[in-house]
Amino acid sequence: MAQSRLSRWFDRKGWSDAIIAVPYLWLIVLFLLPFLIVLAMSVATKTPTAPPFSFGGDYPWLNFEGYVRLFSDGLYLRAFLTSVLNAAAAMVLCLLIGYPMALGLVRVAPAWRNILLMLVILPFWTSFLLRVYAWMGLMGSNSWFNNMLTDWWNFIVPLDWAVRSIPMMHTNFAVVLVMVYTYLPFMILPLYANLERLDLTLDEAALDLGSRPHQVFFDVTLPQSIPGIIAGGMLVFIPAAGELVIPTLVGSSSSPMIGRVISDEFSSARDWPMASAVAVTLLVLMVVPTMIYSHYQAKSGGVK
Amino acid sequence: MIPAQAEPFLRIEGVSKKFGNFTAVSDVSLTVEKGEIFALLGGSGCGKTTLLRMLAGFENPTAGKIFLDGKDMADVPPWSRPVHMMFQSYALFPHMTVEKNIGYGLKHEPISKAAKADRVREMLDLVQLTEFAARKPHQISGGQRQRVALARALARQPKLLLLDEPLAALDKKLREHTQFELMSIQQRTGVTFIVVTHDQEEAMTLADRIAVMDRGQVKQIGSPTDIYEFPDSRFVAGFIGSITSFEAVVTGRSGGHLLLQAPALGMVQARDVPGVIEGQAVTLALRPEKLRLTKTRPEGPNVVEGQVKDLAYFGKDSLYRIILPSGELVQAHAVNANRGEDAARADWDDKVFLSFDPASAIVLAE
Repeated sequence: MAQSRLSRWFDRKGWSDAIIAVPYLWLIVLFLLPFLIVLAMSVATKTPTAPPFSFGGDYPWLNFEGYVRLFSDGLYLRAFLTSVLNAAAAMVLCLLIGYPMALGLVRVAPAWRNILLMLVILPFWTSFLLRVYAWMGLMGSNSWFNNMLTDWWNFIVPLDWAVRSIPMMHTNFAVVLVMVYTYLPFMILPLYANLERLDLTLDEAALDLGSRPHQVFFDVTLPQSIPGIIAGGMLVFIPAAGELVIPTLVGSSSSPMIGRVISDEFSSARDWPMASAVAVTLLVLMVVPTMIYSHYQAKSGGVK
Repeated sequence: MIPAQAEPFLRIEGVSKKFGNFTAVSDVSLTVEKGEIFALLGGSGCGKTTLLRMLAGFENPTAGKIFLDGKDMADVPPWSRPVHMMFQSYALFPHMTVEKNIGYGLKHEPISKAAKADRVREMLDLVQLTEFAARKPHQISGGQRQRVALARALARQPKLLLLDEPLAALDKKLREHTQFELMSIQQRTGVTFIVVTHDQEEAMTLADRIAVMDRGQVKQIGSPTDIYEFPDSRFVAGFIGSITSFEAVVTGRSGGHLLLQAPALGMVQARDVPGVIEGQAVTLALRPEKLRLTKTRPEGPNVVEGQVKDLAYFGKDSLYRIILPSGELVQAHAVNANRGEDAARADWDDKVFLSFDPASAIVLAE
């Protein structure tokens, strides 16, 4: 293979290694080391000291109590289940809402595209907390929004199903609603990037070969956008599953999500080993499917 | 009114297409017969691709009508037209195998699975790609991709196949081979082909008839010979093949020939063209291969003296650039019939005589 002098100089001086090292260094310092600390903490023993754990006790100085409790106490398993279900619901809804929006962004006249794209990102410019508080106001039992929905509900259903207001706050419904609102751009942007690269001549070719527009979508556009769907899905699902702020503010305290459990174990219960065990388990749950996916991707040579 | 049985297979009637203020296709009328290979030839931006896209149904004409097999195509969407297109980029589906690509046109057809499989097998056989059936488009060569695109467009048995620059993406050697393959496939399937190309050689070898287009208009329609030997405008004469043109004035007619006075050539006789009157200013066009190059003055009319300014030796022939006393440059081809050194062959700065038959001189009024 022909190499330019510049690139040979680059290799000889070890510059390429140096450049590759940067992301590795980043990962080691900001991901691997903290993870190892948390992993170590998860097998430590809770003590009434500061910090509230130690590696004392008997040989082999490891304490797996946290993991044992995690799998025996229904609270943790239910929290995991709630998290996964809420995150999955948010992901599916984001996909259903985000896909048509991304497709619209790609197909709209280029003059409009940047304006619309900016509108998608615009909510990021206001504080995330402020936006969640806004939703709390909307969902509260005395808000105009809740009143409007209540009126519709009472209009549609039989009389004895009528309610004074719809209980939206402190439900998993509220959590999913606010998560969909918050994470929608994370679905739209990778989908947009994927769909934007697709060759529209292929759509014309399919139309020309006798397919109606909806068949063209399912035969040509959708299969080619699978990488975008997976990327967007992971970007929504992974942070949603570990979400803390939204379930704390609008969620139900009787069926908490796992982020809330970790936070409570750390702060209120001061059981750092337990919190770490839950955190490690959550990470494994999230990372393993991702690794399986990227392994499959590498094997299939990627979808062009 | 044309009687029903004389209705041509494809009739384009006064078709125009405007994009905003820009007129891409302007009042084009032409007919194509069944089983013909018809070429739309022109430079980029001449409207040939827009015309093709209107035939496929991707664009609607601003004015005019298109009839296929006697049926008005105006409200027929692309997916219902018995017209298929081979795209310049081939537009193969990257996520489907060769087999799936070829079978795609049959996917939504109400025919049995076995019939579809048979048809795909037949097409794979036609383009000799049976052993590549399971490959994806990025795993085969450019020439093979071109054949997949052709097979895919033919699988649904179109009445009309549109080919947008079918050979442009291939290298020169492959192009020549593919040209003949296209012609042979057209003969075997009997499908009418409309080929869009900017390459005059491609149009000349492939097509039965050619429409030369310029700035949205059809300048001339005819067989390759008609277009080359009897161009009826300066544009067509200059676009197809090379040409040297001279200004001239008609001075009269004699013995079936037109007499012209050209400042650079003197008195010249040319093949008569109807409609030209005495005193009219015309263009006299000469093709390089119609000029005879001799070192001694030949007998007969239409002889002009010059000097060799440049020559390019190609082996089988040579291209000369001769400078006339008036300062104009003329191109002339000479076949190198004799091997090795040839005393009769003109060299740099030699004084030479150019001569041509009156019948070879093209007189262009337009």
